Amino acid sequence: MVRDLSLSRIRQGLRDKEFSSREITQAYLDRIEQLDPKLNSFTQAFRDSALAAADAADRRLAAGDARPLEGVPIAHKDILATTEGRTTCASRMLEHYRSPFDATVVARMAEAGAVVVGKTNMDELAMGSSNETSYFGPVTNPWGDNAVPGGSSGGSAAAVAARLASGATGTDTGGSIRQPAALCGITGLKPTYGRCSRYGLVAFASSLDQPGPMAQSAEDCAHMLGAMAGHDERDSTSVDRPVDDYVSGLEADLAGKVIGVPAEFFTEGLAPDVEKAVKAALDQYRELGAEIREIHLPHYPFAIPTYQVISAAEASSNLARFDGVRYTHRTADPENLIDMYESTRAEGFGAEVQRRVMVGTFVLSAGYFDAYYLKAQKVRTRIRDDFAQAFEEVDLIAGPTSPTAAFDIGEKSADPIAMYLSDLYTTAANLAGVPGISFPCGFADNGRPVGMHLMADFFREDLLLGAAHRYQQATDWHTRIPESV
Amino acid sequence: MEFEPVIGLEVHAQLATASKLFCGCSTQYGAEANTQTCPVCLGMPGTLPVLNREAVRMAVMMGLAVEAEVRPRSVFARKNYFYPDLPKGYQTSQYELPIIEHGRLRTEPEDGEPKTVGITRIHMEEDAGKSLHEGFGEGITAIDLNRTGTPLIEIVSEPDMRSPAEAVAYLKKLHSIVRYLEICDGNMQEGSFRCDANVSIRPKGTEELGTRAELKNLNSFRNVERAITYEMARQQEVLEDGGHVVQETRLWDADQGLTRSMRSKEEANDYRYFPCPDLLPLDVPQTLVDEARGSLPELPDAKRERFMAEYGLKDYDASVLTTSRELADYYERVTGTGADPKLAANWTMVELLGALNKDGTDITASPVSAENLGLLVQRIEDETISGKIAKQVFEPMYAEGVDPDTVIEREGLQQITDTSAIEATVDEVIGENEGQVQQYLDGKDKVLGFFVGQVMKKTGGKANPQQVNQIVKEKLDAKKS
Repeated sequence: MVRDLSLSRIRQGLRDKEFSSREITQAYLDRIEQLDPKLNSFTQAFRDSALAAADAADRRLAAGDARPLEGVPIAHKDILATTEGRTTCASRMLEHYRSPFDATVVARMAEAGAVVVGKTNMDELAMGSSNETSYFGPVTNPWGDNAVPGGSSGGSAAAVAARLASGATGTDTGGSIRQPAALCGITGLKPTYGRCSRYGLVAFASSLDQPGPMAQSAEDCAHMLGAMAGHDERDSTSVDRPVDDYVSGLEADLAGKVIGVPAEFFTEGLAPDVEKAVKAALDQYRELGAEIREIHLPHYPFAIPTYQVISAAEASSNLARFDGVRYTHRTADPENLIDMYESTRAEGFGAEVQRRVMVGTFVLSAGYFDAYYLKAQKVRTRIRDDFAQAFEEVDLIAGPTSPTAAFDIGEKSADPIAMYLSDLYTTAANLAGVPGISFPCGFADNGRPVGMHLMADFFREDLLLGAAHRYQQATDWHTRIPESV
Repeated sequence: MEFEPVIGLEVHAQLATASKLFCGCSTQYGAEANTQTCPVCLGMPGTLPVLNREAVRMAVMMGLAVEAEVRPRSVFARKNYFYPDLPKGYQTSQYELPIIEHGRLRTEPEDGEPKTVGITRIHMEEDAGKSLHEGFGEGITAIDLNRTGTPLIEIVSEPDMRSPAEAVAYLKKLHSIVRYLEICDGNMQEGSFRCDANVSIRPKGTEELGTRAELKNLNSFRNVERAITYEMARQQEVLEDGGHVVQETRLWDADQGLTRSMRSKEEANDYRYFPCPDLLPLDVPQTLVDEARGSLPELPDAKRERFMAEYGLKDYDASVLTTSRELADYYERVTGTGADPKLAANWTMVELLGALNKDGTDITASPVSAENLGLLVQRIEDETISGKIAKQVFEPMYAEGVDPDTVIEREGLQQITDTSAIEATVDEVIGENEGQVQQYLDGKDKVLGFFVGQVMKKTGGKANPQQVNQIVKEKLDAKKS
């Protein structure tokens, strides 16, 4: 029954007593049981607690006391701390870790009445673009037998695409919400840095990480973001600013809006079928009344190396706490303290995590700091300045989310550089702190989805959601369901 | 060849905030292990720091007290290293942009002239936990994270000191100031006031700095002095043997009275400092600086000057009495009773501090209240007792905490000022010592003292000495004619 329902539709149906939260929740749990052994999009399902929460939601719905997401079944990326179940980050290091507290976005969604059906698989500690680095094995994209779902929020994207949850949280450090959303044919929003609290998000790169919603449509994401966003005193980098009413903002008119298309986006490396779909989407926007204008983001080509240096540097420090002393994996019978550290981390972290910790340690080391970390910070400022300048003349910046549609499992996993280029278009938004959204705009030649990427100025999530919603009212790409599910 | 040391100190003072630097846990010392912790100070995955504003205010107060500049914007940085009692794998500190820079401090070394020592910087940081290597079985180390995240300021001096005594004087002055400001309890045993010393030596008269050693584990003023003295001699011996001093960290062993190498420069950590992305740059608005300035108490130097001007005290006495705010307050309560300021200073410094030192305690634990000490001084002034008898009165006051009048009455120590009573005793003494009387009549004036002494002995010291002197002289002179 839930296969053809969106989060927004479920939300309304619950309020209209068309069905109960228990029925909906049970349906999702059944689908997880049936389909997830193949997809591997969940690290754990919360059958008992989900049904208990659904029953509580049904009582509120019956009493006419429904909160914004009352009874709506969603999933959380397994990098967000939850007191329910484990918080593994898909790492052997945290395989058995239970958090003593809920992440702020988890708590906020619970307070909004959402029901959590489980936690989703991901690249280990959010490091990866294909969901192949998970300690619990790769996630399969429902759009292709052997296709990657993208990463690092690949489990969330695949789960939403396969209708195993009406929506899911993701986290985005360099594209980890938007790129898997694109590859799985769903809608995903990375909010402005500081819009959603990072408290309880197990840090990868603190100055870039941001939680956000992933669902079928912009409207679904608007409902989720309204519950997730807001100032949090426990996160000093969260911004104290009122949260917009994203749902009522969806109907905003596109007439007169200017969409900038950076010339730098349509160059070597972009697959022709992706380019074709994105250009068709731009034509659609013209029809909707927007003006399309070519712009320049001259420092965009430096975004990937800049991102790699800064994110690795911060990660090397953030991951130091996983040392075998307290709650993590600990090697058996270490010879001494150094051996305990080294063996624990060698066993607990996969190859990609180890690679980034080493790169990060290197770029912060005496003698290299200026050439790498400091330089990267300077380039980051330039990239931010490029955006500031661009948003003086345009309302939105558009382009492809990822240079290709979903590739095959194993296709790029041996070549880290090729893998990193999958985030070619997304990392700049994290470096600048501006919000970005990806939504489906067609299919590649191999039948896998293509994502359109829009970025806006700080705190203009309303504009992104509105623009995506207008597009989705005029098209039906976001309603397509993979045959496999 | 004669050498001189070049000494700089790094002092860690634990700020007396109720809660930790980045979370709400208590900073109380001595609680059961790991009970004063929360997910934030334990570094649990996903937690984030939130800065304690009271700690910032205290750091600003310290900066103002040493005439330093308060940076309008400073930055917290991560100091990365692995250690089991460091739960996050990094210490949140300040590195390139500390909150306080360019201060100075006037010190009064015991063996020399007052000296101003430069303060390079003061930065804020969090403390680590404690590793307990004993009591848990062979090869087992236990971790107590109660202290983790406690706010510290690190006060870094210029290498301005040239003797162990100068280093101690500087440290004592800093210690006095943090306690005046009530931003640190100054307890060196519990580690809330800790000192590392950078020591090098060079031939006297030369400018070039020698290679320094960093001395750790100096947990008392005396150990600072001993360790530096030892280290100077050690380095001198190395140089005189034709060797060269190695840059390294050395641990002071107070039991053996020596320093030993902990790690060399080559083994030193590369801390990979970088700005902490979880904390915004720290902005200190001018209003906060003004507010802190307005709330600064009278500091030791100002108080010393005032004591000299207001009470006519000598520099040394004023310095001693202003060492701590509690002592200065005590002294002012003594003078507040109307007691003579100079006598009050003497009694506070010599008798009271002497007794307290002997008991290994301080003014806050004085069994003699300031009011009672003031009363005692007044009894000397109004000639109820002599200064000498007053010492006899002081002893039970100190031992029992009673007031001086009770002691004087109970032990009958009131001074005899009744002239006829004194005259009778003088007559007695003259009658009993004819030989000495003859000596006096023969011109030996010195023998006068003998008669006074005898009279004082007969009255148990209670006769007014001036009166006795006068009467003895009168009566003996009368015999001359």
